[in-house]
Amino acid sequence: MQVLSPQFKPRATLALKDASLQAALGKARGGFVDKRAAAAAELPEFEQLREEAKAIKEHTLDHLDFYLERFEERVKAQGGQVHWARNAEDAQRIVLEICRKANAKTVTKGKSMVSEEVGINEVLEQEGIEVIETDLGEYIIQLAKEPPSHIIAPAVHKTKAQVSELFHAHHSKLGLTKVLTEVADLVNEARQVLRGKFFRADVGITGGNFLVAETGSSIIVTNEGNGDLTQTLARVHIVTSGIERVVPTLDDATTFLRLLARSATGQETETYTTVSSGPRRPGDPDGPEEYHVVLVDNGRSKMLAGRFREMLRCIRCGACMNHCPVYGAIGGHAYGWVYPGPMGSVLTPLFVGLDAAYDLPNACTLNGRCQSVCPVKIPLPDLLRELRHMQHEAKLSPWYQRAALAAWGFVASRPRLYHALTGLAVRALGWLGRGRGRFGYLPLASAWTKGRDLPAPQGKTFQEAWRERRGKSS
Amino acid sequence: MSEAREAILGSIRTALKRGPLSQPERQQLESQIATPPHHTRPHFGDDLARRFAAKLESRAATVVAVSRMADASGAVVDYLDRLGLPKAVAAAPALENLEWPQGLAVRFGRAETSDQVSVTPCFAGVAETGSLVLLSGPSSPTTLNFVPENHVVIVRAARIVRHFEDAWDLLRKEAGGIPRTVNVISGPSRTADVEQTIQLGAHGPRRLHVVVVNG
Repeated sequence: MQVLSPQFKPRATLALKDASLQAALGKARGGFVDKRAAAAAELPEFEQLREEAKAIKEHTLDHLDFYLERFEERVKAQGGQVHWARNAEDAQRIVLEICRKANAKTVTKGKSMVSEEVGINEVLEQEGIEVIETDLGEYIIQLAKEPPSHIIAPAVHKTKAQVSELFHAHHSKLGLTKVLTEVADLVNEARQVLRGKFFRADVGITGGNFLVAETGSSIIVTNEGNGDLTQTLARVHIVTSGIERVVPTLDDATTFLRLLARSATGQETETYTTVSSGPRRPGDPDGPEEYHVVLVDNGRSKMLAGRFREMLRCIRCGACMNHCPVYGAIGGHAYGWVYPGPMGSVLTPLFVGLDAAYDLPNACTLNGRCQSVCPVKIPLPDLLRELRHMQHEAKLSPWYQRAALAAWGFVASRPRLYHALTGLAVRALGWLGRGRGRFGYLPLASAWTKGRDLPAPQGKTFQEAWRERRGKSS
Repeated sequence: MSEAREAILGSIRTALKRGPLSQPERQQLESQIATPPHHTRPHFGDDLARRFAAKLESRAATVVAVSRMADASGAVVDYLDRLGLPKAVAAAPALENLEWPQGLAVRFGRAETSDQVSVTPCFAGVAETGSLVLLSGPSSPTTLNFVPENHVVIVRAARIVRHFEDAWDLLRKEAGGIPRTVNVISGPSRTADVEQTIQLGAHGPRRLHVVVVNG
């Protein structure tokens, strides 16, 4: 997928002015937050589960090679195949080869963020294969030729009216004559059109929310059942999954499932949780004839070494973006790559480069809401701060910012100089602002004064005032 | 693609600053898999059947109870009558021995697009969330769970367990290894992808009806 992260600022500006997008975001904003809060509050064990989930992931990451080999061994024993992809190109080639061997004309897909990450659709379409996204949200944005703007609600940026227009434009050749305005009719229309595709598909591709080493299984969760029709009706089932998705046992996966549904949509459980372990068995009247798992590294094993290892705990629930004021204001597309919001602002610079995604870690107020709702307790603000630090060290930040920080560092580490200069500044500003008591404009502080006044200081610095108070009270 | 495999495993080990695990270490991890750790589970009261039904109903499924297995097929007919559906169902071959009433056309096998109603058994119910655990196999085709618009599931009350972990334990003990597909189903199909408006019947069944057999 094309990386548009370098254009973050202009894209964010456009997003803020996009009336449809703002309407769609406005509708979504409160819902996710309230539902998650209610679901977490209903489960007194929620905090305990978060701690345990974190510990399970840390244990698994410590022994990641073992659990991946164990998973592979079980999948093979059940007649499935495991493929290892070092990078996006490997993953594309592997999926393409499986599709070629299956002589695939039509491929249905359940939602998979990894397949977006490695760009599966483009490669298959170049080969002349029809690729159909079957998650309703994914289907909508596929018609619109857009990438997802949210990892669990990919079409959250679309209004009902826009969906109606898209269906009218694309389904009229399939016999749709009316302009559909009700959600029920829109969903039904997609159901009818996609039914035919499920039955015609040669290959079905799904993601993997979890991989289970104990049983050699991949687990997906959906509310629509599209993942199940995708993998049951096609002749070949391909699972694309990141290597960090493996957990030791079904019981470990269950702890994550309890957190995932509540964190993502505020549900106790999604409608469908499906555990898949290999192809059709002897005597099975249905199910895929082949079962393939593509384990995608694409930079994950390198993340395991350092500060960003904690990011490998992520279960892709989307809670961080649902609670992010920046995401809530601009939506997901401005971020310019596959993963938006706080988790995307950490992952994108690591995947596409500190430079290309320069603005992402900086488009954060460090308010900490993302960390406070993260089901696996990833310290997202710390990781974003770390990325800023790395950008600073790599001299990617603007020269004037680095010069200003250097000057600040020089002064702040010399207390006498600091007190003298701040005392001087406070008095000068106090004198300059003596008329109105505030500034409507101030050089070097225009970012502040553009939106609001800056109050003028009143005579003394905080430290001076503090010293005086202490002198009086003692 | 063994080259990529070795590269990825090598990269993981480099990051973890160690080589492959020793045999005793591997055995230790194997034994942990054999005896899964006991994680925190949601706490709730003892009336499992009641919770099971209430949770399912909270997600728009319908639930009825009958006293004997022989009455289960009657409950299916009642359901068809109530919805005004034709007297025809596709059923899992596992239910071939059920006493099916006269006048109901029952076809045993996988689902076809023309099927409006499917009837399947259930391996276990889970009270925690009101969920059904269905296993694929020669006598229980997976397509029955997703293709027809109406899915009727027959579950014995005695098979309702407390937590998911209890269902996994049953699976380990009884099923002889994990089946190809385990479907955990907690309601009819739904979507909220258009303006977060919940709509039932996205791709899977529009309706889920659960018949709990007490006897």
